Amino acid sequence: MSEFQASSSPQIVPMESDSTEPSSPQIGSIGDFLRFLLSEMKPKGKLITPFNVISSIIVAVGLVLIVIRFVYGIGAITNLDQENPWGIWIGFDVVTGVAMAGGAYVMTFIVYILGRKRYHSIVRSVVLNGFLAYLFYAGALMLDLGRPWNIINPIIGNNFGVSSVLFLVAWHFMLYMAAELIEFSPAIAEWLGMKKLRKVLGGLTIASVIFGITLSTLHQSGLGALFLMAESKIHPLWYTEFIPVLFLVSSVFAGLSMVILEGSLSHKVFADRLSKDLHHHHDDITIGLGKICAGAMFVYFFLKVLVLIHGQQWDLLMTGWGAWFLVEFIGFVLIPLALFYRAVQEENVKMVKVAAALALTGIILNRINISVIAFNWFAENPYTPHWAEYWVTATIICLEIWALRWIVNRMPVLGDPPAWARDMDH
Amino acid sequence: MERRDFLKNLCIAGASAVGVAAAGEAEAAHEKKEFVSVLVDTTRCIGCRNCEVACATENGLPIPDNKDKTVFDAIREMTPDQWTVVNRFDTDNGEIFVKKQCMHCNQAACSTACLTQAMYKTENGPVIWRANKCMGCRFCMVSCPFVVPKFEYHSANPKIQKCILCYERLEDGGIPACVESCPVDALQFGTRRDMVRIARNRVADFPERYIDHVYGENEVGGTGWLYLSEVPFDQIGFRDDLSHEPVPALTQEFLYAVPVVFLLWPAFLNGMRYMKTEDEEETQIAEIYNPGDES
Repeated sequence: MSEFQASSSPQIVPMESDSTEPSSPQIGSIGDFLRFLLSEMKPKGKLITPFNVISSIIVAVGLVLIVIRFVYGIGAITNLDQENPWGIWIGFDVVTGVAMAGGAYVMTFIVYILGRKRYHSIVRSVVLNGFLAYLFYAGALMLDLGRPWNIINPIIGNNFGVSSVLFLVAWHFMLYMAAELIEFSPAIAEWLGMKKLRKVLGGLTIASVIFGITLSTLHQSGLGALFLMAESKIHPLWYTEFIPVLFLVSSVFAGLSMVILEGSLSHKVFADRLSKDLHHHHDDITIGLGKICAGAMFVYFFLKVLVLIHGQQWDLLMTGWGAWFLVEFIGFVLIPLALFYRAVQEENVKMVKVAAALALTGIILNRINISVIAFNWFAENPYTPHWAEYWVTATIICLEIWALRWIVNRMPVLGDPPAWARDMDH
Repeated sequence: MERRDFLKNLCIAGASAVGVAAAGEAEAAHEKKEFVSVLVDTTRCIGCRNCEVACATENGLPIPDNKDKTVFDAIREMTPDQWTVVNRFDTDNGEIFVKKQCMHCNQAACSTACLTQAMYKTENGPVIWRANKCMGCRFCMVSCPFVVPKFEYHSANPKIQKCILCYERLEDGGIPACVESCPVDALQFGTRRDMVRIARNRVADFPERYIDHVYGENEVGGTGWLYLSEVPFDQIGFRDDLSHEPVPALTQEFLYAVPVVFLLWPAFLNGMRYMKTEDEEETQIAEIYNPGDES
């Protein structure tokens, strides 16, 4: 996080000299299009910044690790074994990453279904963040697949394993990425100055939003349902038949907490790209999101208590595993819940951000606990990730930030769309 | 197709659990589809490991040296190139040898987990793995309650490896290689119904020799491999805390909810949005007729 902030100088010097209002290019032919694309490929702003240097090193080494993985097998750079087939590439990159990308479906629900226009100015950046998260973190799944060349099997052909929860999750990932791309696509059309295309794509938004929310409901809970068959392997304090519901509810505040933190970060880093509207209402929006988080977290907390009482496993709380469970439950569910509640009452933006950070930590803990730490909890030699597993994860994050920065610096994401596009929506 | 198979498996599992009495006319029509089974009598096993050698020979795996008795010093797990292992347990009743391999569950968690049908429960019972379908996600390994499927972590073209109950030999009318190699009839091959009956009879005839528990008869809804023992099964390396419910039943309710959500949720969302727009329109209409009302 600190490297990222360092990439823009502290006193918020614009990364490029353009005004907030993007000038639309005139594209008449394929030649024009290619020339425009080529000119946009050039980096904007300073090349040698601490963030760029550090992230380049991470990515360079990461790519070497990925090559090693494909030549010598997954075991060459991971500590996975026969008892622990899924490590942090699944537990963190995919399972946690998708929960944290849940902000997109929640925000589109608030803006397009409930019609809360106050949040309209952040919807584009949230959807873009969600799309990139799916693209890169779910994309990182390819590294974890032993036989990735067969990934087309569940998509085409007669190899539909329809009784598998993973089949559902895989299809939903794919369809949801398409839905998010359509939701974001008006920004691409505006960037290219393609007015007719913009009109068509803008008309698809509502349909893709409704489709996207439905898909998200099912695959956020579906990620939890993946672990239902591992009943005999997951510690009883974490295993419950309600894992899917808990995953869905927690994705609401996990996603929004990410929106809160990402929002305040890009507020600083991309200060020159912000619309006036977003600039003025940023604090209001943060408080409003904090309010929703408090509500969702209360539901989550309540469900967790119900599950605990239902399971009648009080004695387990007295063990070492019980203590670890309470760290997650009190430290990273109850405390951020209380903080959210208080912050909203006092309209304290800073406290909302602290609560969001704690809530996110709690989600990381919860997902890692279920998929890695409390999975095979009785094992004599528990799995601990290889350093290369962390490194590759960092590589994926850096690549995603690069993509995000490239798009935000070119397309109308945080700023206002061009005037012609705004007229189109009225 | 899948659901029909599933229901069929349910029927067979149900029928075999109830016993021979359940075999009515309907069952007779499905006679060919009855699952095969191997009964392991651990009281007979002498730890010769001929079965390990036979398995490796049959499946083209590295052939173990079964003269080497030091392997018994530690409890061994199956590996990608060793699909069955015999372990020695020191119990209250002395040394007991136990063969271990894929259990070929009636309702296999691994095949339910597989999103490409690479892991596949065949009609006759063996659970097999098909290389051209598998994408290597290892969800089968996550789901298997017996930790059976093994993955080749150090290969660029990794395979999932496990016992396939010599299903090609069975198709040709043969019996599994390990069963054939057993010199003391500790392994016995037949239909699952017959094996359950034989096991139950043995327990009834020799109550002093066997404990009253046929492992695999009810565990996870019934398995293809059945075990007899003279000591409780947790002393010879088995988990005795597994549910009698089939593992796939754990995700069944979730999967049933999917089409419901998929159809109702969009309608509900659209309705909500429609109500919202109506609301705004009415406000606008109210404004036109009562311009002073809106403050």
